[in-house]
Amino acid sequence: MHSGTTTSEAKVRNAKMKVYRGEGKDGSFKSYTVPVEAGMVVLDAIHYIQREIDPDLAVRWNCKAAKCGSCSAEVNGRPSLMCKTRMEGFAEDQEIEVQPLQTFPIIRDLVCDVSWNFEQNKRIKPFTPKPDADWTIYQEDIERVQEFRKCIECFLCQNVCHILRENDRKDAFVGPRFMIRVAGLEMHPLDSADRLEWLHEEGGVGMCNITKCCTEVCPEDIHITDNGIIPMKERIVDEYYDPVAKFLKRVFRR
Amino acid sequence: MSNYETIETDILVIGAGGAGLRAAVEASAKGMKVALVTKSLLGKAHTVMAEGGIAAAMATVDSRDGWQTHFRDTMIGGKYLNNWRMAQLHAMEAPECVVELEKWGAVFDRTKDGKILQRAFGGHTYKRLCHVGDRTGLELIRTLQDKGVHSGIDVYMECTISRILKDGDKVSGAFGYFREDGRYVLFRAKAIILATGGVGRAFPVTSNSWEYTADGHSLAYDSGADLIDMEFVQFHPTGMVWPPGVRGILVTEAVRGEGGKLTNSEGKRFMFDYLPPQLRQDYAADEKESENWVNDTLSGKLKTDYRRPPELSTRDNVARAIYTEVKAGRGSPHGGVFLDISYQPGDRVKKKLPSMYHQFKDLADVDITKGPMEVGPTMHYIMGGIRVDADTAESKVPGLFAAGECSGGMHGANRLGGNSLSDLIVFGRRAGRGAVAYASNISELSKISEAEIKEAIAELEEPMTRDKGANPYDLQKRMHEITHSGFGIFREEADIKKGLEDLEKLKEEIKTVRCGGGRRYNPGWHLCRDLRNMAIAAEAIGRSALSRKESRGAHSRLDYPETDESLSHENSSVWKEGDKMQLAKTALPEMPAELKEILKKKEVAHA
Repeated sequence: MHSGTTTSEAKVRNAKMKVYRGEGKDGSFKSYTVPVEAGMVVLDAIHYIQREIDPDLAVRWNCKAAKCGSCSAEVNGRPSLMCKTRMEGFAEDQEIEVQPLQTFPIIRDLVCDVSWNFEQNKRIKPFTPKPDADWTIYQEDIERVQEFRKCIECFLCQNVCHILRENDRKDAFVGPRFMIRVAGLEMHPLDSADRLEWLHEEGGVGMCNITKCCTEVCPEDIHITDNGIIPMKERIVDEYYDPVAKFLKRVFRR
Repeated sequence: MSNYETIETDILVIGAGGAGLRAAVEASAKGMKVALVTKSLLGKAHTVMAEGGIAAAMATVDSRDGWQTHFRDTMIGGKYLNNWRMAQLHAMEAPECVVELEKWGAVFDRTKDGKILQRAFGGHTYKRLCHVGDRTGLELIRTLQDKGVHSGIDVYMECTISRILKDGDKVSGAFGYFREDGRYVLFRAKAIILATGGVGRAFPVTSNSWEYTADGHSLAYDSGADLIDMEFVQFHPTGMVWPPGVRGILVTEAVRGEGGKLTNSEGKRFMFDYLPPQLRQDYAADEKESENWVNDTLSGKLKTDYRRPPELSTRDNVARAIYTEVKAGRGSPHGGVFLDISYQPGDRVKKKLPSMYHQFKDLADVDITKGPMEVGPTMHYIMGGIRVDADTAESKVPGLFAAGECSGGMHGANRLGGNSLSDLIVFGRRAGRGAVAYASNISELSKISEAEIKEAIAELEEPMTRDKGANPYDLQKRMHEITHSGFGIFREEADIKKGLEDLEKLKEEIKTVRCGGGRRYNPGWHLCRDLRNMAIAAEAIGRSALSRKESRGAHSRLDYPETDESLSHENSSVWKEGDKMQLAKTALPEMPAELKEILKKKEVAHA
């Protein structure tokens, strides 16, 4: 459709790649050599391998535009969206190692089973608008909520969270993604449900020790800890641990 | 023979984008047992990539708007080839469907007085697109997803359906496999709703995700439904052109809606020269008026008395203009044209177009607040699809319903931006209701033929059991060459015929395609199936394009450059007979007098 690229930009170099291949934990890394075009991303390199070398290389992807959050993987140890990780970001002689997210069970090659995350969402009390709401909402009251709703569910934050990754406490903590899901509901100006008790007792907000690893890997630049988790932790403290509030609550409880 | 599991349900929804989710929520709310199948993970469907907004005549920004104007804009945009009843229902019901989304938790951008903000888009007379920055599709899908998980819908993720099963004339179920491990699955259902989206992966440069492999189009075609208007393939005027890996990725029309200017290598704003004469008076006379319009928009003024910039012409027209400029040697360095929003304050650009800002910064090293983008046409949408009844969304096959991009008729010869997301929620809801009404009259599940299941499994396994055969990725490349040279943005008889001939050869090779590996998450195997489906869509596009000897909307024939009024009342329609694709012209339904009156009325565009 468009006339081609100019020749100076068509200069080709080869990149050395190591890609995890195999089922479950039994796989191993396989080496590939991939020609690098200008502007190429890691997902392009994976597609090159599929097309030219190993047609059955398993990878999950959808939009290739950093909007769907499907192609999450660990590239040289860094949790990334493969569709926005540029090959030019690596030194020419640097080997590029791609492996699936390590916090979830590996299905095959770069694909892992993230279904646990979808189960967590079901546990969260849905949006419950006030029955008498007139639906006048001001922009300044929803900026924060809109920030949280940018989440594309790539689960990179879930992948790096220590509670889920090193401590494997999926039984006790729903993870940063669902912390901001709850925060988005709690801060919605017209929501009337109360999720504090659930956050405290089942969601596991207290387990987060604010290392901010989640915020660091978020491709949507959501301030997961500062804007989402910390304000909710503060509300929990007020509700459950502040002696004055506790006293007043007891006195005025109907 | 391989084993398979059986799942019984009332209504099976295939596809979990906006239309499928909305249909599932509706059917479930009416007390039906609903199974929702998606090829991807939930919430990843192509809807997520929709950027600019949902068109609905809410009149929150411009009180002059109403469903009649939206209806008229849609019909004019579709060059009067739309199914009038669908266009009417769509315009009338879109506002209530948006309100519904808000009540389910969607958080739209607001006007200063706290209402839903609406922005300008090509072909819409007034500011009409409800939006959330430039990530409206994500908001829509997440809202429906969150609503859906609390509605008792059974969701089956990463599952591909390979055939619809019938008992006599009517549907009885569907057969497919889970991508994760290749295990087979039979769904038994009273009614089936197809909501599988489009066909973009049959084209080399497309804004569509990998899922868009014509599954619904081909499932319906194989089960005896008609596909209409398949010659109408929309090329979005603005896709990224560089770097090569991102070529085709969408650059939202909202850039132009917010005042983005298109220029060629000579710095000329060429769109002033490409406006169709009969619509010339709807657009700014010159750069000065255009600038006044933008200033009114920037100042947050709700109504403006200036006319919109020429960049907001309909998509078919802008795409042709860009293509023509590039062909004439006035393109940008990488074969596109320039789209510039950098003359506006950087903070505003980042606020209104955050994904575009990041997309260009991360993928192309271009800061759109500092300089222009390079853009060119990209295959974006197919107007054609499964012929359905406007009110119930039912196809010719009893019990088989369709909604969203895989259905046809709503958009005629060219879809207006923003009319897709509204289409999903309006007709997703209607398909849900239609399927519920149908299923309510059926007391028990129909029987399934074991022989047919055996056949379905054999068909799926063939590529894995062959000793030799073509590589599926090579065949996909060949498919791209065919659609690109034969069925692209400008067409002519010889090229289309050549494309169809090559396609016949390709179809034979697809029958002998071979993949290595096993059934567990094997993309090569998945592609073997996709190729077959995309070939059906490509053939339907080619045959329909050959038969329409005129230029209209998104269908541009170099050998028939004019619109032929005598062809204004017929759809191209294809269906399957034996192993062959048949084509006929079918008459458009007659529009009632009161709607004809609406079309006659003239309003000056102010958005």
